[in-house]
Amino acid sequence: MDDLWYSEYHTPSVRFSLKVSRQLHYEESKYQKISVFESLEFGRFLTLDGIMMLTERDEFIYHDVITHPAMAVNPAIKNVLVIGAGDGGVVRELGKYSGIELIDIVEIDERVVAVCKEFLPQTACGFGDARVHLHVQDGLKFVRHTDKKYDLIIVDSTDPFGPGEVLFTKEFYGNCCRALTEEGILINQHESPFYQEDAKAMKYAHRRISHSFPMSYVYQAHIPTYPSGHWLFGFASKGLHPLKDLKVEAWNALGIKTKYYNTELHQGAFGLPTYVKEMLKDE
Amino acid sequence: MKDQSKMPLMEALQRMRHERLVPFDVPGHKHGKGNPQLTEFLGEKCLSVDVNSMKPLDNLCHPVSVIKEAEELAADAFGAAQSFFMVGGTTSAVQTMILSSVKSGDEIILPRNVHQSVINALVLCGAVPVYINPQMNKKLGIALGMSIDDVKRTIVMHPNAKAILVNNPTYYGICSDLKQITQIAHEKGLLVLVDEAHGTHFYFGKDMPVSAMAAGADMAAISMHKSGGSLTQSSLLLCGEKVNANYVRKIINLTQTTSGSYLLLSSLDISRRNLALWGEETFEKVKNFAQYAREEINAIGDYYAYSKELMNGDSVFDFDTTKLSVNTLDLGLAGIEVYDLLRDEYGIQIEFGDLGNILAYISVGDKNKNIERLISALSEIRRIYKKDNKNMLDTEYISPTVVISPQEAFYAEKTSLPLAECGGRVCTEFVMCYPPGIPILAPGERITQEIIAYIQYAKDKGCVVTGPESMDISRLNVWEGEENG
Repeated sequence: MDDLWYSEYHTPSVRFSLKVSRQLHYEESKYQKISVFESLEFGRFLTLDGIMMLTERDEFIYHDVITHPAMAVNPAIKNVLVIGAGDGGVVRELGKYSGIELIDIVEIDERVVAVCKEFLPQTACGFGDARVHLHVQDGLKFVRHTDKKYDLIIVDSTDPFGPGEVLFTKEFYGNCCRALTEEGILINQHESPFYQEDAKAMKYAHRRISHSFPMSYVYQAHIPTYPSGHWLFGFASKGLHPLKDLKVEAWNALGIKTKYYNTELHQGAFGLPTYVKEMLKDE
Repeated sequence: MKDQSKMPLMEALQRMRHERLVPFDVPGHKHGKGNPQLTEFLGEKCLSVDVNSMKPLDNLCHPVSVIKEAEELAADAFGAAQSFFMVGGTTSAVQTMILSSVKSGDEIILPRNVHQSVINALVLCGAVPVYINPQMNKKLGIALGMSIDDVKRTIVMHPNAKAILVNNPTYYGICSDLKQITQIAHEKGLLVLVDEAHGTHFYFGKDMPVSAMAAGADMAAISMHKSGGSLTQSSLLLCGEKVNANYVRKIINLTQTTSGSYLLLSSLDISRRNLALWGEETFEKVKNFAQYAREEINAIGDYYAYSKELMNGDSVFDFDTTKLSVNTLDLGLAGIEVYDLLRDEYGIQIEFGDLGNILAYISVGDKNKNIERLISALSEIRRIYKKDNKNMLDTEYISPTVVISPQEAFYAEKTSLPLAECGGRVCTEFVMCYPPGIPILAPGERITQEIIAYIQYAKDKGCVVTGPESMDISRLNVWEGEENG
């Protein structure tokens, strides 16, 4: 077999490589370069502009932790907006809740959705749900035209360099705040605290969210294929507290099947390493 | 049309670079080798063409080869008889128009909302301004264009006036009826000078307001570095058929450097080509961006992004739809306050904010996502900062009283007084908000209580008020002559 390796530079001097058996797809969409590879260890994986988005092997961790913590704090959530979830993984998890009535998805690049539907059915199966409405649009524009409508907004964005940049701005978080109901929760992909560039983006994001929401917390998960493996998520709300308002019994009573998330893990995930707590202190 | 795909000046620089001429002339950095830090910062390619005039590169003061060809191509592209490449900004183009048209004691008719460079030129040459009060839009707090009746009346009242200057358009995008003004002025033997600092695209875009050269004006100053895409400080001066170009060149050489930057000159050459070849589609995109932003901003509420609906056949004869001017008064915020919030809170730098308006400069370099950010930030500013707007100053046009000429006032014996005590005196310096750089007071004008209140209000709102020797505008220099005389 050919000695083919996919490499991603986690920093200019740190490289993460996977042995691949073949490239299943490549295209340049209006916004970015989209690739799908087949790897030996991690199954199929999607990259956008050369950055790994998800692998079949470890996507369950990311999609569990970006979806279920908010649902366990407010199991009565009915209307959900997901921004940038072109692969369908978040939608698949949301689909497990029968109480949810509406799932709006805003993805700027319809080619990501099409490619995932073709090559990554493991996550794209989520699009089959009748409650799901896909809007191919700029995320910022979509929330700007929305007022107190959603109980939950999940920002499943790429890194803040490239098309995902606007999803890390103060005007975006502010407009999200307006788009949420009084019980509303905003969950976002919050970058990593470990490598310097990621940490910078992480701190900026936290500062901006904290300025837009009365409550803003950060929690963590372990994701093997993301830079450093240590990844953070943001939990911001207009009043609900991620731990004090956690509905352990109610959520467990729903009998939702997960592979990573559970309510004990939920309570531990908000306990952060000391160096991360230092970083999050408002400068 | 000449072959507009040519770039004689850029091509000459490329040849020079290719021939690896050994430099024993200035500049002393010698293609960047002598200043590694600067070369690292600006790039080797850039430094290698930062060179002096030499035979193969022609001479800006006396062009006979490649600069001449480049200027001819520019004249052709803009429909002018002659064009001059300028390296001192559009300020130098405006000054040249005035210095070559009027001299000491001559009268020149101007709208009051001229750029400071116009009145600076009057300080240099000693001509006397005759102001036409622009019409005001009271709701927006902006000066409009000149009405035809005012132009006619002023010309009758000042039969010896030598020239009239017209803004085409104003900073906010408003155009006077340039064609008719030109016709009236020419019938009475006046030269027509046009400040087109904000109008480069009129020569290339589709369905744009009329350009100075197309309207038959005599001279026009064009900020190529604004909508034209060239480097900051590069500019064009255009002349019509009846202008003695050799005399104009002599005037330019009075104040222009003898070491004109080839970086600036080549940027004019390249930008002229782009405009001639692709200007129409470029400005179509800009117009669409601006129109989209206007619609979305107007849908937010309380903001008013204005456009062609202001047209009234006279003082707003036409509107430049590439401009995104937005009135903020219904929000209870001054334009300058919105301008500061955009930068400090949202990381968005716009062109300017005055007391009632902001202007976001839209160009071909913009991207959809940044337009979305601007609109969303404005929407957020309304949600978070909207105030009761009772205490907003109702901006009135303050009609100036010219007591002595700008030159006489500038060089007169003067004394410094605290701002509050200046009422009734004659000012000997400029006072303006920058940008847009339009004078509130010019040298030689009477200071009124109304003007003092306006300056104070602008300072309080956070406008950058500039001009006077007193940097914080707590004092003004006033004329001693009147007291003594």
